[in-house]
Amino acid sequence: MNSVVIWTVVVLAGLGLVLAVVLYFVARKFRVEEDPRIELIEKALPGANCGGCGYAGCHSFADTAVKAADLSAHFCPVGGNEVMKQVSAILGYELAEKAPQVAVVRCNGSCAVRPKLNVYDGAKSCRVKAFYSNVTGCPAGCLGCGDCVEACEFGALSMDPETELPVVDESKCVACGKCVKACPKALIELRNKGPRGMREYVSCRNTDKGPVARKACANACIGCGICVKTCTHDAITLENNLAYIDFAKCKLCRECEAVCPTGAIHGVNFPKPLDKAAVKERIAARNAAAVSEKGGEK
Amino acid sequence: MAYLVSQNPHIHASVSTKRLMLDVIIALCPAVIVSFLFYGLSEIAIMAVSVASCVVLEWAITKYLLKKPSTTGDLSAIVTGILLAMNLPPSCPLWIVFIGAVVAIGVAKMTFGGIGQNIWNPALVGRVFLLVSFPSFMTDWTAPAGFISGVDAFSGATLLGQVSVLGAQEADKLVKLQTLFHNIGGSAGEISALALLAGWVYLLIRKVIKPWITLSIFATVAVVAGIFHMADPASYTGPLFNLLTGGVILGACFMATDYVTSPMSTWGGVVYGIGIGFIVMMIRYFGSYPEGMSFAILLMNTAVPLLNIWFHQRKYGRK
Amino acid sequence: MSKITFAIGGVHPDDAKLSRGCAIEVLPLPKTVYVSMAQHLGAPAKPVVAVGDKVRTGQVLAEPGGFISAFVHSPASGTVKSIAPRKDIIGNPVPHIEIEVEGDEWAEGIDLSDTLVTEIPEDRNAILDKIKACGVVGLGGATFPTHVKLNPAPGSKAECLILNGAECEPYLTSDFRIMLERPKEIVVGAAIMQKVLGGCRTVIGIEENKPEAIESMKKAVSGLPYDIEVLSLKKKYPQGGEKQLIQAVMHREVGSGGLPISVGAVVQNVATSLAVYEAVQKNKPLITNVLTVTGNCLPVERQHNYLFRIGVPLDYIAEYAGGIPEGAAKIISGGPMMGRAVACMDATTVKGSSSILYLTHESTKRWTETSCIRCGRCMDACPMGLEPYLLNRLYKAGDVAALEENAAQDCIECGCCLYSCPAGIPLLDNVRQAKGLAMGAIRARAAAAKAAAEAAAAKEISKTKED
Repeated sequence: MNSVVIWTVVVLAGLGLVLAVVLYFVARKFRVEEDPRIELIEKALPGANCGGCGYAGCHSFADTAVKAADLSAHFCPVGGNEVMKQVSAILGYELAEKAPQVAVVRCNGSCAVRPKLNVYDGAKSCRVKAFYSNVTGCPAGCLGCGDCVEACEFGALSMDPETELPVVDESKCVACGKCVKACPKALIELRNKGPRGMREYVSCRNTDKGPVARKACANACIGCGICVKTCTHDAITLENNLAYIDFAKCKLCRECEAVCPTGAIHGVNFPKPLDKAAVKERIAARNAAAVSEKGGEK
Repeated sequence: MAYLVSQNPHIHASVSTKRLMLDVIIALCPAVIVSFLFYGLSEIAIMAVSVASCVVLEWAITKYLLKKPSTTGDLSAIVTGILLAMNLPPSCPLWIVFIGAVVAIGVAKMTFGGIGQNIWNPALVGRVFLLVSFPSFMTDWTAPAGFISGVDAFSGATLLGQVSVLGAQEADKLVKLQTLFHNIGGSAGEISALALLAGWVYLLIRKVIKPWITLSIFATVAVVAGIFHMADPASYTGPLFNLLTGGVILGACFMATDYVTSPMSTWGGVVYGIGIGFIVMMIRYFGSYPEGMSFAILLMNTAVPLLNIWFHQRKYGRK
Repeated sequence: MSKITFAIGGVHPDDAKLSRGCAIEVLPLPKTVYVSMAQHLGAPAKPVVAVGDKVRTGQVLAEPGGFISAFVHSPASGTVKSIAPRKDIIGNPVPHIEIEVEGDEWAEGIDLSDTLVTEIPEDRNAILDKIKACGVVGLGGATFPTHVKLNPAPGSKAECLILNGAECEPYLTSDFRIMLERPKEIVVGAAIMQKVLGGCRTVIGIEENKPEAIESMKKAVSGLPYDIEVLSLKKKYPQGGEKQLIQAVMHREVGSGGLPISVGAVVQNVATSLAVYEAVQKNKPLITNVLTVTGNCLPVERQHNYLFRIGVPLDYIAEYAGGIPEGAAKIISGGPMMGRAVACMDATTVKGSSSILYLTHESTKRWTETSCIRCGRCMDACPMGLEPYLLNRLYKAGDVAALEENAAQDCIECGCCLYSCPAGIPLLDNVRQAKGLAMGAIRARAAAAKAAAEAAAAKEISKTKED
C-alpha cells in the first residue's frame, strides 16, 4: 500500500481521536446544569414543537412546568392524557384529566346554500377578505380563503373546493388551537371529541334575525328556539338569534338535530343515520305523556 | 349582477414580469445577432440548445417535481438560456451546453425555490460549473466560420488570455477602438461591446433597470486599472483594455443588473458594483484565471443579503 | 412643467379625467333618504330626532357622539320613518335615519342666496362654533371634523395652511369642477380658515393637469383682498396625500406617528373650504357635496358631476345617470387607487362621497399572484419610503418587531406598491395587515407604559400618604 495513504489514515485517525477527547472534556466542563427532570419531561413529550400548549416548543413547556407550582397551566394537546400522566408522574403533581378535543368548524354555508352577492377579488386571505362583510349575505360565515388550513401544522385541515368550507381530518387534529386563532370570524371551536367521536353542534354563528339569516343562507340558525325547548338535558342556550350546544351537557340524543328546521344542527360520527320522523314521534309521544300526566294529577 | 370587490387599489400598471423579461430579451438581441453573424451556425446551435434546455428543464421541474403550475410563461428561463449561451465559447460542444442549463436552472434556480428566490445568478453558476468541470472545452476559443469574416481566430486564448503571452503593453495596443465593434475573439458576449451597450441603453429607456450598478462597475474597473497601469504599464493592462475585453460589459449590463441577485437600494447597488469591479481586476491582475467577471459577480451575489440589511432607502420623516 | 412635488416615491397612472367637461348638475331628491350616523371619523353621531318627527332641510338630526365627532343635518324636509341599521358600501350595518321626503323646505336662518359674502367674522371662536354647528368635516376622503383640525392644541402653531386642490386620483373631477365654478367661495373659505389659524401662509396646491382650475383660482385670488398663493404641482400620485403635500409645499416631513400640526401644517381639501364658506357666511350646514359618475366603460356623454344631498341611495344615482353600464365589473366609491369597492349599491351617499366609478373587468381584475422577482418597483413607488416586498415577507413570517422596525405603521395605504408590482402580489392587502400588527404592538406598549406610570404614581401617592 502507498505510504502516503497509510500516513493520511494514521494522521486523520489520530486527529479525530485527539479532538474527540478534547470535545468530551470541554462538553463536561461547559455543561449547563439543568434540572434533570426537564430532560425527562422533554423525552416524554411528542417533540412536535407546535406551540399548541401555549409555550414556545417542547423544551419551553418542560422548563416552565418544572418551575410551576402545579400543572394547571400545562396541557399538551398533542400527547393528550397519556403524555400528561407521565409528566405528572415525573413531577409528582396532580393531573386534571382533560377530555380529548377536536376542532369543529361551525359554518355550513356552502356555495350551494349561501349565494354570493359579490365576487371577491383581493388577496386570498381570510383576514384580508374579512373587511367586506357583504360578499355573501351572511356577515358571520366562512370566508373560504383557507387561513385555518395554512395555520394548521398537522395537516388536519383542508379546503373542500365544492363547498368552499374547511374540512377537519379528525385522525390528524390534535386540538392545538392554532386554527381557532387564525379564523377572523371565530368560527372554529375546540369541542370534546365525544364518546367514539360522536358529537352534536350548531354549525352556524349568524346573529342576524331569523328571516335575514335564512335569506343569506338556507342552512342558517334562525334563532327559532325549537331546539332549546326540545332539549331535555338543558344543553342548548339561545342568545342573539343563535343557538349554542354546551358539549359538557350534551347527551347525544339527537333530538335537537331532528327538530331543527334549517339543518343548522349537525351530528357527526354517529353509526346510524338519523331517522327524523321516528325521533319526532318519540318527542311527540313524550310531550303527550307529560300533558296527560299533568291532567291526571289535576 | 355580482360585482368584483377587493380593497384598494383597483387598477394596475401595465408592466408585468413577462414584459420585463421580454424587454431584456429584446435588449440582448443586437448582441445575439452580431454573434450569429460572426460565429454562424454553431453559435445559433448553442443558443438554441441553451434556451430550449432551460425552458424545458424549468417546465419539467415545476410540473413533475414540484407539482405546481409551470412558471415558464414569465420568460425568465429564456433570458437565462440566452445569457448562458453568451458566456460560452462558440465552439463549445452542445452536450456541455445542456449540462450547463441543468446546473443553471436545476441547481442554481429551482432548488432555491424558483424565480425570485435564488441567491446566485443562474447563468453564471452554470458557466462557472462548466469552466471548472470542463476546462479544456471552456478555454478553446477557436472561432468557427461565421457569415461575416473579420474575427481574428486565435486558436488559443482570447485577448485576455493573450495578456500573459504577449505582455500587457502589446495586448493593450491590440485593443484600440476596433474592439468596440467586432475584431476580437471571445465568447458571444464578448465580441460586440457596441451591441451590448445599445441593449443596455434600451433597458434604461424602458426603465427596466437603473444605471447605478453598471456605472459603478465601469467606474471601478477604470479607476483600478488606471491606477495600476499608471504605476507599471508593462505588467498591468490599462482601463480601456479591461473595460472592453472579457465579460465586463456583458456582466455589468446584463448579469449584475439581474433583479433577483442584486441589492435593492441605490447605495447598496453602488457598493455592489464597486465590489464587482474591484474583484474582477484583482482576479485579472493577480489571479490564475484570465477572466474574473463571473467569479466577481458570484462573490458579490453572496454579499447581497448583507447589503440589503445595511442599505435601505430613506423613509419619509426619518433622516 | 412644475417641479414642485414630493421627494420620495409616487406613480404615474393615466389621469383619465374624462368627466372634466361635465358641469355640475343638481341631483333631484329621491322619495326616501337614509342619513348615516357614521359620516365622519370618530364616534358616530347620536340621533336627536324620533320616529314620526317632522324635519326640515338643514335641521339637526344628530349631535356629536364624542370629542372627535360631528353634527349631522337633514338633507330634505319630511317625516322621520325609522332609525335603524342599514348596510354601508362595504356591507357593515350602520345606524341610519330614514326620512320620507316631502318637498324641500329649509330650516330658518339659512342664507340660500348666491351673493358672495367676503366679510369674515372677527371672533375666531364664533367661527369655530359655526363650523362645528354646521357639521363640517374634511371632504378629502378622511372626513375628520374640521372644527377640531382648525383648533390646534395649545402649544402647536399653524405655520402654513395648504388647500388641497391636487385631486391626484384618476377619474375624479369633482374638486376640479368646484374650482372652476365656485372659485371665489373657495378663496373666502380659505381666508376664513387662515383667520382661524391666526393668519399663516396659505397656499392652494393644484396639480398641473388642471390648468383651467389654476387659472380660475388665480383669478379669484387676485380679485379678493386676501394673502393667498396658488401653486402648480407636478402631476404625480399621491400628490394629494397630506404628508406628501406638506413635503412638497413646506419641505418639511411629519414624523412617524405624528400629526401635520407638529410641523406647523394644516391641510384642507378645496371642497372643505367651500363647506366652511357656506357654514360661516351662509349658515348652511353640510348636506351637499359634488360627486363624479365616471369610468372607462362609460362614454363621456354619460358622465356627470352631480351636486348631491347626503342620504341618497347609490343605485338611485346610478339609475338617474342612465343606469350601470354593461361592461362594468367593479363599482368604486372614490378613486381607483384609494377608493372602496361598493359591495352594496343600496348604501347611501355620505358627506365624503366623491364618485361612482365604473371599471371594466380588464382594467380592474387583480393579476394572478406569482413569485416576487425583487425588482424593487414597490420600493421605488412607495411615497413613504417603505419597502413593501420586505414588509410582505415579514408579515408572512409574523415578525412583528421587524415590521415595526421597518416602519409598517407609517403606511398611508395609497396603493402605489400593489399598482406597480409586476408579479401581481397583493402587496397592500398584506402590508395593511402588517400595519395593523405593528400599530397593535405600539399601542400595547403605550398602554403598558401608561399603566406602569399610573401604578408608579399611585404608589408614590400612597407612599406620601404613609409618610
